[in-house]
Amino acid sequence: MANPQSTAKASPRAADATLTPTGISPVTVTLAGWLVPGLGHILQGRFIRGILLMLAVFTMFFAGLGMQGKVYSFNTGDLLDILGFVGDFGAGLLYFIARWMDWGAGNIHRAVADYGTKYIVVAGLLNVIAAIDAHHIAIGKKQ
Amino acid sequence: MTFELSHYNAALLFALCASTVFGITQRNTPKDMFRYGAYCFVLFAVGVIVASWAMWAIKH
Repeated sequence: MANPQSTAKASPRAADATLTPTGISPVTVTLAGWLVPGLGHILQGRFIRGILLMLAVFTMFFAGLGMQGKVYSFNTGDLLDILGFVGDFGAGLLYFIARWMDWGAGNIHRAVADYGTKYIVVAGLLNVIAAIDAHHIAIGKKQ
Repeated sequence: MTFELSHYNAALLFALCASTVFGITQRNTPKDMFRYGAYCFVLFAVGVIVASWAMWAIKH
């Protein structure tokens, strides 16, 4: 006897399991969430979550720059510098804009500038967490 | 463009932003998100104070 659930009428969306309920692929959502903080959530209709994530990451990134924190460039030197670059790179477009505008030269004469450097790194890492969360929503692992 | 913050205020701003992201990403419902975010914020804030007193005690 056939399982009634398996014979139930499938939704049109079920035919293409690679798309989110909004019709966008999970990979696109993840990339969008990485490039622009919160955009992955906004594209899936989670506007409040997306805006809060955007505010949190933007605030950390720009507060870090305001504290004269350092933005790492690609390097193969010291391990901590490499990890700093990896963290910064997580901020997506914010990182590229900061490099393009030559922001984040750092200032070794201010103690708070070191906090700023950490702010910028953590902003990137938090953005990666947000992008992965957007991916989880897209694949149905999370509401 | 410079931004002046005391060390404690910088730690609180860090806690606020990190807690917001943790709350949203680690829980499913808005109520749970708010609760978890508030929990993380309190842990950050209390952790900073405890660590500060611990460093003071070590120095003295």
